[in-house]
Amino acid sequence: MFGLHYWLESKTVGFALCIIIVASIGGVVEIAPLFTIHQTVEDSPEMRVYTPLEQAGRNIYVREGCYACHSQMIRTLRDEVERYGPYSLAVESKYDHPMLWGSKRTGPDLARVGGKYSDEWHVAHLVNPRDVVPESVMPAYARLLRNELRTDDLASHLKALRAVGVPYTDDMIANARADAYGQVSPDSPLAEGVSKRYGDATTVRVFDRNPDQLTEMDALVAYLQILGRLTDAAHKSTAQAGE
Amino acid sequence: MAMITQLTKSERQLAIGVLLLIACIGLAFAGAGKDDPLAVHGFLIVASAILGIFAVISGYFAPEPGEDRFGSYYDTPSKVGLLIAMGWAAFGFFIGDWVAWQLAYPSLNFDAGWTSFGRLRPVHTTSVLFGFGGNALIATSFYVMQRTSRARLPDQLSPLFVLFGYNLFCLLAVTGYMMGVTQSKEYAEPEWYADIWLVIVWVTYFVVYLRTLARRKEPHIYVANWYYMAFILVMAMLHIVNNLAVPISFGSAKSYSLFSGVQDAMTQWWYGHNAVAFFLTAGFLGMMYYFMPKRAGRPLYSYRMSIISFWGITFLYMWVGSHHLHWTALPQWVQTLGMTFSIILLVPSWTAAANALLTLNGAWHKVREDATLRFMMVAAVFYGLTTFEGSFMAIRSVNSLSHYTDWTIGHVHAGALGWVAMITFGSIYACIPWLWKRETMYSPRLVEVHFWLALAGAVVYVLAMWNSGIIQGLMWRTYNASGTLAYSFVESLVAMHPYYIARASGGLLFLIGALVGCYNVWMTVRAPRPAEEGLVGDVPEPTATGQSGQQPAE
Repeated sequence: MFGLHYWLESKTVGFALCIIIVASIGGVVEIAPLFTIHQTVEDSPEMRVYTPLEQAGRNIYVREGCYACHSQMIRTLRDEVERYGPYSLAVESKYDHPMLWGSKRTGPDLARVGGKYSDEWHVAHLVNPRDVVPESVMPAYARLLRNELRTDDLASHLKALRAVGVPYTDDMIANARADAYGQVSPDSPLAEGVSKRYGDATTVRVFDRNPDQLTEMDALVAYLQILGRLTDAAHKSTAQAGE
Repeated sequence: MAMITQLTKSERQLAIGVLLLIACIGLAFAGAGKDDPLAVHGFLIVASAILGIFAVISGYFAPEPGEDRFGSYYDTPSKVGLLIAMGWAAFGFFIGDWVAWQLAYPSLNFDAGWTSFGRLRPVHTTSVLFGFGGNALIATSFYVMQRTSRARLPDQLSPLFVLFGYNLFCLLAVTGYMMGVTQSKEYAEPEWYADIWLVIVWVTYFVVYLRTLARRKEPHIYVANWYYMAFILVMAMLHIVNNLAVPISFGSAKSYSLFSGVQDAMTQWWYGHNAVAFFLTAGFLGMMYYFMPKRAGRPLYSYRMSIISFWGITFLYMWVGSHHLHWTALPQWVQTLGMTFSIILLVPSWTAAANALLTLNGAWHKVREDATLRFMMVAAVFYGLTTFEGSFMAIRSVNSLSHYTDWTIGHVHAGALGWVAMITFGSIYACIPWLWKRETMYSPRLVEVHFWLALAGAVVYVLAMWNSGIIQGLMWRTYNASGTLAYSFVESLVAMHPYYIARASGGLLFLIGALVGCYNVWMTVRAPRPAEEGLVGDVPEPTATGQSGQQPAE
């Protein structure tokens, strides 16, 4: 064996090829089947996609690096389920490009934060976390309340997401911008379009308490409020396990 | 510009051509980007290219290098690369310590967007891993490859392209995060255009490597080069697969990852953990396998151990990424494979560490006297400890406690401060006097000072994070007598405060050490050459003619 290696060491290209082959095996065996084995991701036909506003909020979450301190992955451990809710299922991040499972909890997990606090709480907390949680070490994001949300490119965001596999319809893409405004204008004709395209259960309200402007705060709070609520598959599977 | 006078006429012309092309691409981005951050990066690319063009023009009419250049090694890229690496170290450690203090005192971000923890954290990781580590790897790989092959780099331009192109990538990455441009994939945050640029640079890097090895006068490829080659090849593979994404338009910095959810998570941690393996381990093992035996004046302890550890690391590491996803929605069979291979991985890891430490047999008195060699020895010890800890933390039941806590941060820094930075500083302190033809560093005493600051800083840091991580993990899972969770999340956060102060203090020691190192390196480089040689300027080292003395024992 060492004799063979002694020979291999004198062949540059052969050595390089050996490295590539040997280093490819692990990834091929572990990753490729995740795309082909059906049980990897649970079925959840009723799961909906993010609205344009929620997706924009998700992009702000990414831009600000929230994932560096907050996970979105509740593990199958008793204390985590009791603290944060039913453990996360693969299907719940099926439309997450990229996933934001995270790797560190300087702050708590957010996989099921949707609906846990009021919009007012989220806005106050983001404006200055220490106003509502005195011990918090989270940065303040008051400027989100002042920043107008960029909506002119929302259609191209949805288009790119469709290209990577999220089932946005032509109708959704064509109305991306209108739906972003509609989701924060409850009594306007635009709001109906949001319910029509994304379902009646979709939250339509003024997330940042300022009806005159569509802000980044609206988008981020809309995103935080949908976390864990795109499908109730996780609640169902826990209920089944309990039976 | 000494750098330009070493280029031949045709290389100077080619350099201007390439820089003009880069400037055009930058201009196109600046135009297409309009009010997107991409436009800022477009202008940054144009500015870098113009700076390069001015540099080439300033030396354009200087006499060409003679044909005798083939008789000596081409060390300019190594010299420049090591100096840039020290600069990134100071910057990256500073940012790291700043965000560490922010976790103890959140108002230290002064409420600006770009200074918040979430944006600066990747600035820190990228500056240290890719800025400091990457430049040191590129610089030393050129140095080592030439000497162990007894062959000069194939041309003068492509190594400079690799070095400066790589730094442009780092610059785009770091400035991007501050503007909020990120893919959010840890250690793969740069967006699509920076990723494509890195592929071009990296392919050139590999071609330089192959062309140099093809010219070698040694029949066998030395161990250090196996590791450097694995580092280059596997990083390319990981980088390309993990960064597959669809941009929303060519006028926008934003893209969406091709993969989602569980497949994305697995691909990301296949990348993430193997960035640890092939960037932070294989690359730096290459460094260690050259500089440690050289500095100790001892041949490498065992050729066979080198083979076992090299192929063990190359094969096994690729399986272990899933240990970052224990107890998650990743299928259990993948988690189990990840855990199993993580434990087996201890064998080649410790073989490599033992091979390094046994090389010092017969030279331990030098370790006592020579802080440079001591840097390398401590690095090998930290490498052994960290790989043990890593295998340990990959066990599912241990991971249920350690994951999501500061223990992981402590583990990473035991590796980054204790292993990566220590072996790099040791190699730099060895290499700088050799490159600039000095007897020693400007001040061996300051090397000693840096050593103790670095060691103290690393130990304080790691101990603080072990404590905070384990306390955190235990508080989250502690139940009281009535069967409910005993602590709220915020109570665990409050408990971290003293450890966050300790960690930031340890980091500060490490930063001060690096600043001392920067000063020492700068003074060494600037020191007048010894008068007795009677030569001005830089004299290249002739390519060795005899045995390189680098082949291992046995």
